[in-house]
Amino acid sequence: MLKLENVTYTYQPNGPFEKTAVRDVNLQVELGEFVGIIGHTGSGKSTLIQMLNALIKPTSGKVFVDNVATTEKGANLRDIRFKVGLVMQYPEYQLFEETIYKDIAFGPKNMGLGESEIDRRVRASAQLVGIGEELLEKSPFEISGGQKRRVAIAGVLAMEPKVLILDEPTAGLDPIGREEILCKIRDMHRETGIAVILISHSMEDVARYANRIIVMNKGQIAADDTPDAIFAQVEMLESIGLSVPQITKIAEGLNRRGFALPSGIHDLQTGKFEILKAIEGVKPC
Amino acid sequence: MLRDITLGQYFPAESVIHRLDPRVKIMLTLAYIVVIFLIRNFVGYGVLFVATAFIVWLSKVPPKFMLKGLRPLLFFILLTAILNLFMTDGHEIFRLGFIRITYEGIIGAAFMVLRITFLIVASSLLTLTTTPIRLTDGLERLLNPFKKIGLPAHELAMMMTIALRFIPTLLEETDKIMKAQSARGSDFESRNVLRRAKAMIPILVPLFISAFRRADELATAMECRCYRGGEGRTRLNALKMTELDMHAIMFMILFVVLIVGANRVTWEIIWPIFY
Repeated sequence: MLKLENVTYTYQPNGPFEKTAVRDVNLQVELGEFVGIIGHTGSGKSTLIQMLNALIKPTSGKVFVDNVATTEKGANLRDIRFKVGLVMQYPEYQLFEETIYKDIAFGPKNMGLGESEIDRRVRASAQLVGIGEELLEKSPFEISGGQKRRVAIAGVLAMEPKVLILDEPTAGLDPIGREEILCKIRDMHRETGIAVILISHSMEDVARYANRIIVMNKGQIAADDTPDAIFAQVEMLESIGLSVPQITKIAEGLNRRGFALPSGIHDLQTGKFEILKAIEGVKPC
Repeated sequence: MLRDITLGQYFPAESVIHRLDPRVKIMLTLAYIVVIFLIRNFVGYGVLFVATAFIVWLSKVPPKFMLKGLRPLLFFILLTAILNLFMTDGHEIFRLGFIRITYEGIIGAAFMVLRITFLIVASSLLTLTTTPIRLTDGLERLLNPFKKIGLPAHELAMMMTIALRFIPTLLEETDKIMKAQSARGSDFESRNVLRRAKAMIPILVPLFISAFRRADELATAMECRCYRGGEGRTRLNALKMTELDMHAIMFMILFVVLIVGANRVTWEIIWPIFY
């Protein structure tokens, strides 16, 4: 679905502030995958994903969406953007319409869909992110920050993209809100079989939802593997300013103190289950 | 796409020109501009060129980068040159129908092009080598004497600082909003003017909202730190004149003397040198 070949991106080439944000990246993402991208601030994650839907074009190399290169002359960029939906960081600033309904309908309308199809998509995506029917006729400026975020995400979901990219969708949300949004997105991913790419600073979130993790460092891909394989490389992650989920650290600490927990504990649920199982074997004195 | 604007841009480098006191730099730039208009012959422009080239070399700003700032004004420069060329009365040297070119016209056009070019080079040299903060600092201090006649020097400088501070922020924000709306299928590249104009609404509304929000937040943040205007306010980096500034002033005086001298040079003086 998505293919990157030797992609490099340089900001202000030949200027005094020249900066290469992405360097020689090769990558392929297929439908049905849930990819997590982690990396330190400034590692090139956001630049990378903006190339995936042709918002910016690589300085060198090629990005293919459905076998069409974004740099190709005459490539229909809007078409590419409808296929690859991008929710940018802090997406609530993009709201502008009079009502929430109209704002969510902005994307589908630009696609040139019929009235009834737009209506179906708006209601479906609003429901998916947990925006009730009663809110749809309200102004997007009189709801809370968390709700604004949901409306903005719904605005991209309503385009029903084949690849959904989320750039830190839960930054600045409360714990319950982040859990809810990410769970909904995972459910949708399972139902529809689209590809999801999630950028996050939270190792917990990535470990819990993604089935493939890409680690970015200084504009390059440092590792690209399953969560188990990635979080086994504690030293590598720490050397580039990242970490493993807290529960993984706890499991490791317990093992050093004589427990025999299996490796590959990265989310709370399995962690809790395995720890309880191990403790039952220990007789209280 | 909006980041390519070089107007008023700062070029970070370590140079004597960068280190000059902003007050001195502003005053010297003003003096330089006055001098540009004092020059009466090409000998003077020769001196001006050598002096300017020397300053640009000292500033370590690549000349190519400086000339890039001229490009947007090229049309304006050409227009003035053409108007001067055809509209000046004097000794006619060429005529085609109603078009006539005079000796005075050629000289006038050449002078005008040189003046505008040097004017732009001088003012961009000032902004290229001075951070906006130091620039407004210098301006505030220079305007201080006018406080007595009711000029709100500090407030003006503060407004300028804030405006300059927010230009890149707002540009970045515009870029971000444009990208977000493009991702939802907004069409900014359409050939249709009406459609392009309509596509501006989804950008302008969020931009205004965020600008107002930022203004509000900034006001609160300033009040939280007990900002109450310029009275009794001290500076973290007080401006201090150094020996370097004295050298710059001496250089300027020498330069003015040279220009005044050059103005007295006439063909009668130059002629014998060649023969």
